[in-house]
Amino acid sequence: MYRIFQTVLFALILLTAIPTSGLRAEEGLRELVNAFGEAKLSDMDEHIAALAKTGDPKVVPILEALGEGNLYARKADGQVFLTKEGGATLTLTDPVTGESAGEAQKAALSKVKVNNGVRRAVRTALGSLTLLSPDREARLRAAQSVLQSPNADALGAVESALAAEKDAEVRALLEQARATTLLMSDRPAAEKKEAVRLLREKGGREALPILSSALGSADETLKPEIEAALASIEQTQALWAAGQNVWYGLSLGSVLLLAAIGLAITFGVMGIINMAHGEMVMLGAYTTFLVQEVLRNSYPGLFDWSLAIALPLAFLVTGAVGLAMERGVIRFLYGRPLETLLATWGISLILQQSVRTIFGPTNQEVGNPSWMSGAFELGGLTITWNRLWIILFALAVFAALLFLLKKTPMGLQMRAVTQNRRMASSMGIRTPWIDALTFALGSGIAGMAGVALSQIDNVSPNLGQGYIIDSFMVVVFGGVGNLWGTLVGAFSLGILNKFLEPYAGAVLGKILVLVLIILFIQKRPRGLFALKGRAVEA
Amino acid sequence: MIIRARVTGAFLAAVLSTTAFNGTFAAEDTIKVGILHSLSGTMAISETTLKDAMLMLIDEQNKKGGLLGKKLEAVVVDPASDWPLFAEKARELVSVDKVSAVFGCWTSVSRKSVLPVFEELNSILFYPVQYEGEESQRNVFYTGAAPNQQAIPAVDYLMENEEVERWVLAGTDYVYPRTTNKILEAYLVSKGVKPEDIMINYTPFGHSDWQTIVSDIKKFGSAGKKTAVVSTINGDANVPFYKELGNQGIKAEDIPVVAFSVGEEELAGLDTGPLVGHLAAWNYFQSVDNPANAEFIKTWKAYTKNDKRVTNDPMEAHYIGFNMWLKAVEKAGTTDTDAVLDAMIGVSVPNLSGGYSTMMPNHHITKPVLIGEIQSDGQFETVWETPGLVVGDEWSDYLPDSKDLISDWRAPMSCGNFNVATGKCGGKGS
Repeated sequence: MYRIFQTVLFALILLTAIPTSGLRAEEGLRELVNAFGEAKLSDMDEHIAALAKTGDPKVVPILEALGEGNLYARKADGQVFLTKEGGATLTLTDPVTGESAGEAQKAALSKVKVNNGVRRAVRTALGSLTLLSPDREARLRAAQSVLQSPNADALGAVESALAAEKDAEVRALLEQARATTLLMSDRPAAEKKEAVRLLREKGGREALPILSSALGSADETLKPEIEAALASIEQTQALWAAGQNVWYGLSLGSVLLLAAIGLAITFGVMGIINMAHGEMVMLGAYTTFLVQEVLRNSYPGLFDWSLAIALPLAFLVTGAVGLAMERGVIRFLYGRPLETLLATWGISLILQQSVRTIFGPTNQEVGNPSWMSGAFELGGLTITWNRLWIILFALAVFAALLFLLKKTPMGLQMRAVTQNRRMASSMGIRTPWIDALTFALGSGIAGMAGVALSQIDNVSPNLGQGYIIDSFMVVVFGGVGNLWGTLVGAFSLGILNKFLEPYAGAVLGKILVLVLIILFIQKRPRGLFALKGRAVEA
Repeated sequence: MIIRARVTGAFLAAVLSTTAFNGTFAAEDTIKVGILHSLSGTMAISETTLKDAMLMLIDEQNKKGGLLGKKLEAVVVDPASDWPLFAEKARELVSVDKVSAVFGCWTSVSRKSVLPVFEELNSILFYPVQYEGEESQRNVFYTGAAPNQQAIPAVDYLMENEEVERWVLAGTDYVYPRTTNKILEAYLVSKGVKPEDIMINYTPFGHSDWQTIVSDIKKFGSAGKKTAVVSTINGDANVPFYKELGNQGIKAEDIPVVAFSVGEEELAGLDTGPLVGHLAAWNYFQSVDNPANAEFIKTWKAYTKNDKRVTNDPMEAHYIGFNMWLKAVEKAGTTDTDAVLDAMIGVSVPNLSGGYSTMMPNHHITKPVLIGEIQSDGQFETVWETPGLVVGDEWSDYLPDSKDLISDWRAPMSCGNFNVATGKCGGKGS
């Protein structure tokens, strides 16, 4: 019911705005749009305001196109058209009639230039234009944009929209927007007081700039009210900030865990100092890149599944490389840690340079699937989707690995071989194969970590180098040979780092963490959770 | 380390064999040009492109008939992102390969590492990257931007067009960001910005966890004043930084980021959709629309046989530097270092942004400054440019140590750090 009412109201407002003759209005509109063609960037604000003032619904797609940079002027006659993004030829749409106007070479058109100022003006204009749109999403966006770039002129539009609005979510936003714009207007102090109260209750950090700028122009009766509101918001923000630090710490910890968990197998369980561990992570990330490349070119619809497809592939690819490394090099070097270190370091350089030769030294573009982009608000916390998924993924990998080691025959054999090789061998376990498989497993898991890390870091040949030191740090700190130690070590280092960072800065924070670890290792050379018993001596 | 040396050795051998192959006409007399860019290690990501660009320029020049009637021959070495190795390789180029000039280096440390070599052996280096200034050397020509050709105009733009009042200076922790930020801070304070409206933040190389810093920026920006970020973040750390900005919903309309080290190459590894409107200040963009640039891009794509390859500002700097060197050698009639050094000053060649660049007596060049906004296709759109050319200022006027220093390599002064207050050559620096 209210939707009909809304549409009617919308139409009514438009009718009053449109001059008597529709044809004349069209001509006027065309003139205004064509003015974009030769306007200077500094004059664009006025043109946008003039266009928005017509209130014509046709203005909305024009302004949207302008904001997205899809408005072009034809060089020959100065006519401005809407276009779709494309290659050298663009399809033109008439801005006023909305009809197709053929195609044109990009060279024959000149783009209507936009900058941040223009985009801001477009956002403001669109905000008040679409507040009454019948589409709920459009109204939501409009309310948000009014809130983001408040201006006192929009108050009337916001209030009439609020009167017609029934949707609770949009209403809440509109109320905030009303309070914000009201504070900037010259309404009586009583109404402003009400607005301050509302912002104090509802407004998070976004309310701070509005209130503090209102503080400057407020009269004496309003000042204490605003100051109290500011203090109260800042207090709650400070509490949330502590929570935010824990969240950031968990998120950094999950990255450390992912990077280190493969090493917890190869170094922790098998005792191989594997300097090529980081390169396994890198190969996993490049596998993701290749999968996305294929999907982008052949099956664009499947793009959101790219990570799910890349995971098993990355495991297989890096697992195979790991297997080849173990069979080809490392098995000849068991019991000679120094040579192992040198050999794996060499392998890491070879892998890096081969990737550089094949894919080139520059970063490769790995896109985020839509479910990994953006953020949502949880109370005062901003939680980004990609970090959330990475935490969950890290925990899942950890759980799966724990299950594999503790509950399966293969895990049993692995543990047997690392605890007492000769006894295991006497019991009929083929120790060389178990060694190879364990190493392949560790490498494969590093590859899977690479898939996740490709979402937050560069995919370049240097990707692995950034993680190798952190990985060793986590494994040594947590206690060599103990998976739980790696988990606890990763998360505690992550949180420690994030609590130090705001005070000490990123550079000093990292140094402090390293110093603390050195002190800790002095005190407990075997890490947080030291293995006890005969396994240690073996 | 042994293995590392061996690997680079093998790679070097491969490179040398290809250059030897190129030089089958070596029986004739050739003029050798050294290329000193890292092809392996962390800096390979940026420097490999410059090596390719130089090879292309030399190739093109040979098609036009070479120089002084001789063919040009490129000698490529790989200093492997290892600063001391830069000095060794530079020495090898000059004393073993007898090159006439060297084009190379990216980071300031690598440049500082080779300076004594070029001075001792009296050879010429062309340095193509924007840097922190505070240096002017007899044997070096700086074709990249000095701070007043990049950082200061960018800040001016934000102040005038975006009415920014609060500033975050974020950088990687090494000499270029530290010096640039020092200059910018002094400049902002001189423009009346209060110290509490400036936030300075440094991060380690390759920093990948930007959550805290981005949320700090968000908090800093919510004080009711228009805020902008001036980024001197280097290399690989940019991609996670921009990804975090996008994910935390910081839009360019609200808090714009202007970067001095992010060009077309860096954006190639990014989905730029969420970054539209963030800014970069350079002296050249691939999107600059003029025939010379179109020709350059076409040649580059054909040379690399890759339609997606982009061009960037340091490539243009090499283009300018190389053409200046050609002209100076022709003017001097010889490749002899002293004669070329004299002939270089005042040489003027077309740049790719539609004008001419001239070599000044302080061994820096004149350039236009462009401010561009990132577009969704990974290119920049110029939204502002300086009305004329800007002369590179080697000694910043905003630092107390260097404001009295000037550099003029013409006789009779021939000094890189002349102190106008004391009237003597030799102030701070060198």
